[in-house]
Amino acid sequence: MRAEIVGVSLQIDGVSIVRDVSMDVPAGTFHGVIGPNGSGKSTLLRAVYRSLRPHDGQVLLGGDDVWRDLSARDAARRRAVLAQDSSLDFEFTVTDVVAMGRAPHKTLFERDTARDRELVVTALEHVGMAWAGSRLAATLSGGERQRVFLARAITQQAPVLVLDEPTNHLDVRAQLELLRLVKSLGLTTIAALHDLDQAVSMCDGITIMREGHAVASGAPLAVLTPERIADVFGVRAHVGEHPLTGRPHITVAPLEPDTHSSPKDSP
Amino acid sequence: MTLLVLVLALVAALFVGISAGTVTVPLSEVWTVVGSHLDWNDAAISPVRDQIIWDFRTARVLLAAVVGAALSLAGACLQVLARNGLADPYVLGVSSGAALGAVLAVTLGSAAVGGFGVSGAAFAMSMATLVVVFAFAQRAGRIGPTRLVLAGVAVSYLATAITSFVQLYGDPLALRGTMFWILGSLQNARWGDLGIPTLAIAICSVWLLARGRSMNVLATGDDTASALGVDVNRLRIELLVITSLLTATAVSVAGGIGFVGLMIPHAARFVVGPDHRRLLPVSALVGAVFLVLVDLLSRVVDRPNELPVGIFTAAIGAPFFLLLMRRGGRAA
Repeated sequence: MRAEIVGVSLQIDGVSIVRDVSMDVPAGTFHGVIGPNGSGKSTLLRAVYRSLRPHDGQVLLGGDDVWRDLSARDAARRRAVLAQDSSLDFEFTVTDVVAMGRAPHKTLFERDTARDRELVVTALEHVGMAWAGSRLAATLSGGERQRVFLARAITQQAPVLVLDEPTNHLDVRAQLELLRLVKSLGLTTIAALHDLDQAVSMCDGITIMREGHAVASGAPLAVLTPERIADVFGVRAHVGEHPLTGRPHITVAPLEPDTHSSPKDSP
Repeated sequence: MTLLVLVLALVAALFVGISAGTVTVPLSEVWTVVGSHLDWNDAAISPVRDQIIWDFRTARVLLAAVVGAALSLAGACLQVLARNGLADPYVLGVSSGAALGAVLAVTLGSAAVGGFGVSGAAFAMSMATLVVVFAFAQRAGRIGPTRLVLAGVAVSYLATAITSFVQLYGDPLALRGTMFWILGSLQNARWGDLGIPTLAIAICSVWLLARGRSMNVLATGDDTASALGVDVNRLRIELLVITSLLTATAVSVAGGIGFVGLMIPHAARFVVGPDHRRLLPVSALVGAVFLVLVDLLSRVVDRPNELPVGIFTAAIGAPFFLLLMRRGGRAA
């Protein structure tokens, strides 16, 4: 399903956070939204998952405006979300958490059916967490927890997936595994990402944001040039080929020459 | 299974509650009298016994059950709504408002408060308090959980201050009656008090059962709930209306009985877990059984005197709760 963000502006308590941002994500592609802290990435995604109503503009999923044409429930059948971390104040088991993905498909008094339970088990198997079904979700590690939330998104059976910096707080292996799992789903994906290297190797398209504006949009290598990275992120960047995988690869260093680094850099 | 056990426990508690008191009535006589009123038999009963058993005790234990259930349900909802385990039905200022209404009605006379009567004035003031709390808790139509609790606490202090001031200048004799609203009591229960709370709890229960799944989702966070298709702000407003209705009706007939609304939902959570589709009915039943039994104790511990039920809800509930917490059915 195609996802479009058309001229969206967002405010929080009267302060403008996102201004006139647009992007077009064709069905089945992975679109990255990158930018420094405070550039408005996460806020923009809140408009997609119906948590913050745009001041102006539209978010379209399959051509329908998620705020005007679709109810909260209908919108949730079209897109699932994997956020940085969810609150687990109440002691739900892993199975309880994943089963919540069925919520948008249920009527008021409807109970969980055998098919719902089957979907939960399949999703847990898919993310490699089938062993943890009866564990309390709060007792899992950060990486395991994100995989459980991904399983919840899978049971939601939505064609569009929104990721809000999903690999924050995860160790390197957990980061790679989570992203590999997400890619394997083949969904239309919009992801706010922090890591430039992740972005350039994962994404089919990229939008760079700074101070609430989209400053560039397009194919990863066209958008993520060393000059633009220096301009937006304030770091020196080298865009090359990953020595192990052969995929595009970005390495960064501080803009100012480092005063106490390797002997090679010293005069 | 749990539900069936709890329903049987409630029926047993109701019968024991009717039988015990200043005068102990044998269970067989309770059965006969209650049966005659339900047209199960046509036994001849002396009017005095009938008055004790049916008019006073039966009405009282039923009211205890309804109030216990209402406060527990309201507490369970508020803990999700404010996403705060320390929230109880009074955090929104309802009981302080009710106490103020009662004190005003007693000191100024019911004509001054619109001819409501003491109970009516308590209800009206608790609703007025809620309107003020909501007005301050919302910003652009959205209600934030932290703002809600803060506004509730502040307004509650204000209402208490006014109550104290009015009491200071009021007729001391008339004011003894107002202690009823402040401490909470089921002493004056009559059949006429049962109708509105019972209706309120029936409507609210059905409504809440339909929202169990959404409440589970809300418990995991506003953003997650939005992502899973719950209209968070609407659900929060609906839950607020429900809890307000439950609490205000309970308080206006029984005063501010403490502890039940805070602890019963937690106790129920230890036993059946956090799923509201199970938690809500279990909370309601446990709350009903608990208040019936505690009210019973408050009547028999120091016969023929009655002690305020609020003392016992905490004195018995707290150690029991701490024990449950230590055993930790499901970690906390």
